[in-house]
Amino acid sequence: MQRTEPSVWSWPRLSMRWWPVFRRNLLVWQKLAIPSLVGNIAEPLMWLVAFGYGLGALVGPLTVDGQPVSYLLFIASGSICMSAMNAATFEALYSAFSRMHVQKTWDGILNAPVRLDDVVMAEMLWAAFKALFTVTAILGVMLVLGISHSPKLLVAWPVLLGVGITFSCMALIFNALAKGYDFFTYYFTLFLTPMMFLSGIFFPREQLPPLVQAAASWLPLTAAVELVRPLFMDRWPEQGLRHGLVLLAFAVVSFWVALALTRKRFRG
Amino acid sequence: MQKPLLSVEHLCKRYGSNTVVDDLSFHIDPGECLGVIGPNGAGKTTTLRMCLGLIGPDAGAIRYFEGLAMPHDALAIKARLGVVAQMDTLDPDFTAAENLLVFGRYFGLPEHTIRERIPRLLDFAALGHKRDAKPSELSGGMKRRLSLARALVNEPGLLLLDEPTTGLDPQARHLMWERLQLLLQQGKSILLTTHFMDEAERLCGRLLVIDHGRKIAEGRPRDLIAQHLEPDVVEVYGQGATGLMGQTALQALASRTEVSGETVFFYTRDSGPLLAALQAWPQLRVLHRPANLEDLFLKLTGRQIREGG
Repeated sequence: MQRTEPSVWSWPRLSMRWWPVFRRNLLVWQKLAIPSLVGNIAEPLMWLVAFGYGLGALVGPLTVDGQPVSYLLFIASGSICMSAMNAATFEALYSAFSRMHVQKTWDGILNAPVRLDDVVMAEMLWAAFKALFTVTAILGVMLVLGISHSPKLLVAWPVLLGVGITFSCMALIFNALAKGYDFFTYYFTLFLTPMMFLSGIFFPREQLPPLVQAAASWLPLTAAVELVRPLFMDRWPEQGLRHGLVLLAFAVVSFWVALALTRKRFRG
Repeated sequence: MQKPLLSVEHLCKRYGSNTVVDDLSFHIDPGECLGVIGPNGAGKTTTLRMCLGLIGPDAGAIRYFEGLAMPHDALAIKARLGVVAQMDTLDPDFTAAENLLVFGRYFGLPEHTIRERIPRLLDFAALGHKRDAKPSELSGGMKRRLSLARALVNEPGLLLLDEPTTGLDPQARHLMWERLQLLLQQGKSILLTTHFMDEAERLCGRLLVIDHGRKIAEGRPRDLIAQHLEPDVVEVYGQGATGLMGQTALQALASRTEVSGETVFFYTRDSGPLLAALQAWPQLRVLHRPANLEDLFLKLTGRQIREGG
């Protein structure tokens, strides 16, 4: 009897068994939450102080969608998207890789009645949760500093969770391909760092050459900024649907690719 | 006759042109301990991974319990299996008790059921005093016993153990054997791969010898020895021992003679005349012993070293 395995690209088979895997990560994190919180919010706050207060004093107010906006608010609303991206990416790269490859935690889990698909799902949601946690802490600090009091921040919060989901899906592709931690440097230097400068976090995208501007308008980080910044300014995003769909498309396609590559890795 | 808990039929696995598992069939009856022995690279771990549904076979069937098929019913099967892998996969961030708790959750067991089982499992693993210790604070033997306890959290009827005592010192190994024997007495069934022939002889009611992915022998340890070997072995070593190979009169007293390194092995049905004749070489050291599983293993799979296994 000759048999072929189902394709690695077959439809994801998901169940609620991702939840105990998620809880496992939660339990580890509970032991380290406070020190990790400090690390998670210290860096974005430094950006905010250096650029918002320092550079902002030199730059003066900018115009977004025809509305004047202080550079502090401009950078705060952009950098929180970057923080969501970074928190999700770090978790889905370095931490997930430790669990998958170094500690062999996934191998242990797969000896229990849990599918690989559910493990990948759990890691994806976990990295997104870490992003949400970081973003929540930063939002809290921004509220205290009085940077924005927009009631629409309540909408920005779930949008930033979505940003975390998109970037954790993307990072899991590189997790599935990695042979060691060094590999992740490529992802940061070739993808994330250029995206940081092209997505309108530090300066308006209108400053970019038209061709670059057009291409950059389809980047996931651009979509995140375009959704979040108006909410900080107590406005609704223009083209909200389009940017939401960009994030969704990146998330769905990336999750599928990440799952296929992870399945391939585990069949090895 | 009870139905087997696990039956594997005509299993094949190829990687490119390399056939790793070749038409392998075996089964495990309820309450039995089946040992799978073979040199490095013989296909033991690949077979076990297919039995766990981690990789798909190219051909063949794997059935468990009452008609569940791997990999189709993988989750239903794994809910009733206990697995100890070759490498410990304990969570380094958790205490011994937390390791058991978290693993129990993967089975969807109710929280109170797991918490109720934890003290019993720790006691069974002789780790009652280590419930709050992390794996890094445990010795190699303790870690392996914690892995075994973790594999028992779902109260499985069938255990799959991949080299459970590799790397342990004799004390730790004996304690592990004791626990495994206890599990067999409780009526559990075990599939065990091992490199230790004394382990196989002590624990396993039946053995499967595989090499190059194929089954080369199967049976009870004593029967296999009787079937394939002369009952007595005389080992001769010391200065000039290999020179004995030239002594045709001496060789005639043994059914089979082999050299490995500086030692000559005589396999014989009647050791008396051979031992008497060897008195002519008083400088040589002579060891007379019954044939054992190791002799069988080496006869079936050869003495050459398997690299890269």
